[in-house]
Amino acid sequence: MGAISQLAMLLFAPGFHGKQTALSPAGPQARTIEHTFLLIFWITAVVYVIVIAVLAIGVWRARIHGNELPPPQPANPVHDRIVARIVAGALGVSIVLLFIMLVSSYRTSHATSALAASSALTINVYGHQWWWEVEYPNKEPYKIVHTANEIHVPAGVPVTIHATSRDVIHSFWAPNIHGKKDLLPGYFNDLTLEVDQPGNWRGQCAEFCGEQHAHMSFEIVAQSPQDFQRWLSAQALSAPGPTTPQIAHGQQVFLSHPCVMCHTIGGTTANSRVGPDLTHLASRSTIAAGTLPNTIGNLAGWISNPQSIKPGCRMPPNPMSSTDLNDLLAYLETLR
Amino acid sequence: MSTSTVSPILPEAGDPKAQQLEAIWREPSGFIGWFKAVHHTTIGKRYMVTAFIFFLAAGILAGLMRLQLAFPEAHIMGPDLYNQIFTMHGSVMMFLFAVPMMFEALSVYFVPLMVGARNIAFPRLNAYSYYLYVMGGIMLFCFFFTNTGPDRGWFAYVPLSGPDYGPGKRADVWAQLITFTEVSALAVAVEVVVTVFKLRAPGMSLNRIPLFVWGQVVTAFMVIFAMPGVVVASTMLLLDRTTSTQFFNPAVGGDVLLYQHLFWWFGHPEVYIIFIPGTVIVSSIITTFSRRHIFGYLAIVLSVIATGFIAFGLWVHHMFATGIPQMSESFFTAASMMIAIPTGTQIFCWVATIVTGKVVLKTPMWWVLGFFFVFIIGGMTGIFVAAVPVDLQVHDTYFVVAHFHYVLIGGAVFPLFGAFMYWFPKITGRMLSEKLGMWSFWLFLIGFNITFFPMHIAGLRGMPRRVYTYGPGMGLTLLNQIESCGYILLFISVFMFLINVWMSLRNGERAPANPWGGGTLEWATSSPPPSYNFLYLPTVNGREALWDAAPNQPVVVGLHEDARTFLTTRIIDAEPEGTDEFPAPTIWPFLAAVATTVMFIGSIFRPVAVSIGAIPIAITLIAWFWPTRQEAARRRERDKWQKT
Amino acid sequence: MRRHLLILSSIAAVLTVAGCKREHRVFDPGATGAQVANGVQLTDVHVGQVAHPPSAYSQYSDSAYAVGEGKRLYSAYNCVGCHANGGGGIGPPLMDAVWIYGSKPEQIFSTIVQGRPNGMPSFAGKIPDYQVWELVAYVRSMSGQLPSDIAPSRSDTMPTRNAEQATKKEHPSDEYQQPVQQEKSR
Repeated sequence: MGAISQLAMLLFAPGFHGKQTALSPAGPQARTIEHTFLLIFWITAVVYVIVIAVLAIGVWRARIHGNELPPPQPANPVHDRIVARIVAGALGVSIVLLFIMLVSSYRTSHATSALAASSALTINVYGHQWWWEVEYPNKEPYKIVHTANEIHVPAGVPVTIHATSRDVIHSFWAPNIHGKKDLLPGYFNDLTLEVDQPGNWRGQCAEFCGEQHAHMSFEIVAQSPQDFQRWLSAQALSAPGPTTPQIAHGQQVFLSHPCVMCHTIGGTTANSRVGPDLTHLASRSTIAAGTLPNTIGNLAGWISNPQSIKPGCRMPPNPMSSTDLNDLLAYLETLR
Repeated sequence: MSTSTVSPILPEAGDPKAQQLEAIWREPSGFIGWFKAVHHTTIGKRYMVTAFIFFLAAGILAGLMRLQLAFPEAHIMGPDLYNQIFTMHGSVMMFLFAVPMMFEALSVYFVPLMVGARNIAFPRLNAYSYYLYVMGGIMLFCFFFTNTGPDRGWFAYVPLSGPDYGPGKRADVWAQLITFTEVSALAVAVEVVVTVFKLRAPGMSLNRIPLFVWGQVVTAFMVIFAMPGVVVASTMLLLDRTTSTQFFNPAVGGDVLLYQHLFWWFGHPEVYIIFIPGTVIVSSIITTFSRRHIFGYLAIVLSVIATGFIAFGLWVHHMFATGIPQMSESFFTAASMMIAIPTGTQIFCWVATIVTGKVVLKTPMWWVLGFFFVFIIGGMTGIFVAAVPVDLQVHDTYFVVAHFHYVLIGGAVFPLFGAFMYWFPKITGRMLSEKLGMWSFWLFLIGFNITFFPMHIAGLRGMPRRVYTYGPGMGLTLLNQIESCGYILLFISVFMFLINVWMSLRNGERAPANPWGGGTLEWATSSPPPSYNFLYLPTVNGREALWDAAPNQPVVVGLHEDARTFLTTRIIDAEPEGTDEFPAPTIWPFLAAVATTVMFIGSIFRPVAVSIGAIPIAITLIAWFWPTRQEAARRRERDKWQKT
Repeated sequence: MRRHLLILSSIAAVLTVAGCKREHRVFDPGATGAQVANGVQLTDVHVGQVAHPPSAYSQYSDSAYAVGEGKRLYSAYNCVGCHANGGGGIGPPLMDAVWIYGSKPEQIFSTIVQGRPNGMPSFAGKIPDYQVWELVAYVRSMSGQLPSDIAPSRSDTMPTRNAEQATKKEHPSDEYQQPVQQEKSR
């Protein structure tokens, strides 16, 4: 079984490397799912080729030559009885093959959901239009971590995503790691996943959720358990105070502009939960829910006019003087 | 069974019986007369033309989508317009093209002919259903052109389509479109069931009904059981949005999944409502073009019925990602795979028929071969999405878009084009050009595969559905550009088909009564059929009425031909049972449809329109059913002589 | 035939205009809309010449999307904290006919932007103009001033009030006063 699936994967592998693809598994669940996928693929492909070949050859041999319409043929019961046996046989083989695929599906379902029993960490994910609110719960309230659009997990450890939506239905989907799970208002859904090795992979919302459904992505960053702990502790800290006048002015720009109506920066008076928590904005690799890499230029464009990048998103344009913008960016860069 | 084919009984010039029948059955002429028509061939042709126009409109919308998706982060249109366009594409294709064409148009036109009747049961209801359908479609496009097109997907999940997240009237327009089209479909379903059960030609027992008719009656039953699901879902949505009900409000005990269950209870049988007519078109064409009786008639009939039943047990496979219990997942996976068995049975029977027949390779048969090539791929990807773990990876990605286009276009549109090529001579009396037809076919087949095959790969490479754009570094650009190029071939193909139709209507070769040597009863009359369908109502001696007819196959005599009389027969053996009379042409179905339209559209804006709007509807219905004195007199006469 | 076409196209034209406005969605308000103002003038007595932009209010009050955005912002910017869902609490009710500082859109705009004595904060510099207008439109819908096909329907939360579209129209005392004179466009 293993050798066959290795061969099968070889034939598929080219063209399927990627950070958001189901056929480049980075975890045990995506890998098991891929096995079932390949089993179904090869069975159905072979059956298809056989049926089309029989049809094509049959048509070729049975076709009439010329334009004269032959009269309808009389029935041939002897002939038909033989054909009936062949058809019944083909049907029997199809049923057996369907059963094989059904059993494979059940076994994979069982294997992927069995992982939930050994889950070592729960991460709360709340879907918003059009970003992901991520919360690492903790018994000690001051250690609860709030972040957005980037989920760090320890590699090699099963992790449960405990998810709901704060508005409409979304769907959490990181194909390299596992199948998807819907985020439904009024329900909590759990998805246990595990990533083999440190690295980062992309996920995207997979349930139509409005205007910017296309730009609602997230990143899963797997780290070694020690790196993960270090990251988690750092995320629980407040933002550092300003160290230069420019950065101080940047903080003032943040607190006196519409930014403060929607965003939180720990350690300041900005405490709104409408938009993503920005306390550690500069530690994230993307902005705008995975739409743009987190660079100064992109951040400047995003802040000035988010509507030109994600028209219809909830963040208004923020025209400001270039001094203000530069100082604001300098401040935001300190939010590691 | 004999090898002869009986010739159609066609009137000679000046035949007095033909003249008498023509005088009774003639459709009213003139502008107002157009709105009074009640004959099934007239209404059937209108359904076909209207549904095809909607197909073209939805196809243009698809072209706009492909244009936007041809380039990453394209700004050809913003998300708002794209959302409206893809919702319109899906809704128009599913509600205004697929069911009205595959089920309503084809059954309204062909079922009465194939069972040997002069008209469909409830002809005025038939007219009403058409007017309601076309007005619903016009309403939708009027709203679309005023920026009020629905924009929440053809399925309009709550809460996105609900009162809080769907401002304006767009989702209400969607909900009322459902109402228009589903009332229309339910009306036709009732007519089809009654026609097939009670109006068959004597001798056409249940085991001699043409497969096409079997498929349409199974589809009609599916419509009757499935449509109420979406009517309830859309009505609850409309009530939530306009009258503050709380059906789908999770904060007070409502449930967003309730909507999904109600919708997919309808939504899954819906695709089989579209597919089963496709399969029985294939059966009809294969029979005629393989010059032999279909292999495995009983197996195919049982498969069609089994498909109809099992289709109602699959709906949760659209909801595998919502967090249902594992037992549910297992059940619906098993059921979803199980439905492949009756479909597989049909496929094997068809292949057996073709391989043991004498194959006439004309355009209708080529479309059927295209059906095999395309639909079976769709069926195979269906097994992928039936398996829960795989579905959780490909659900809501372009893999599923590829799957359903392969099964819907392969399973319905290919047979439909085959049906057009096959029955166009019968409907219009003109032959289509084989050459243009073959060009259309090959362009369509190649264009279709270029457009939709790469979508399997795009989905596996991470492209979700319903996205108005994608990032440049995702590895999706080349795939999308190939797909957009394929659209051009599809466009040209359909354009060539339209040229073919136009040229043929203008000066195509005149068609004989039975150009393909078919065996079913529609070929027993002239092309096009006269307004009374058959000069003499036929009787039937076998499954293929014309092929199995006895040398002196009797016809029905003794009916009063001075009124629109018809013969009713028993359900199982089609023994003659009694007579009744079809109603004459009248304007009231049209006026009732107008009144209904006003009520439906009014209720989008003011719920009280339902109460007020009921009054004109009641008035038009009363006028509709009011019998004339002659009709009442003839009914009393009939009742005297018939057993109750 | 021509007459029928004329009638049909007139109906279509009417529908177009009505539909276009209700479903109008402006995502990017442009540089002017995004400006943050100090308020609009409340009187037409002024010194010398003043250039004032025409009221943008009707563009927002005619659009169901804009009023819906106003509803979302009403919660997001915590107007509920003092005004509840129109019933008031720390702040005065907004769903009745009593308007301490005037019920006209420009007056509500100024109330939000300038703040008012006894606790209404000034949101100057914190909410872009176009969002203030959306809030103004929503606030007016809370007392039933907007037509029922534009005002929001019930929300997907615990019900605390009638849907704005089903709210009986209140009659403020300044309802029939002349609107604040705005500079006619030249």
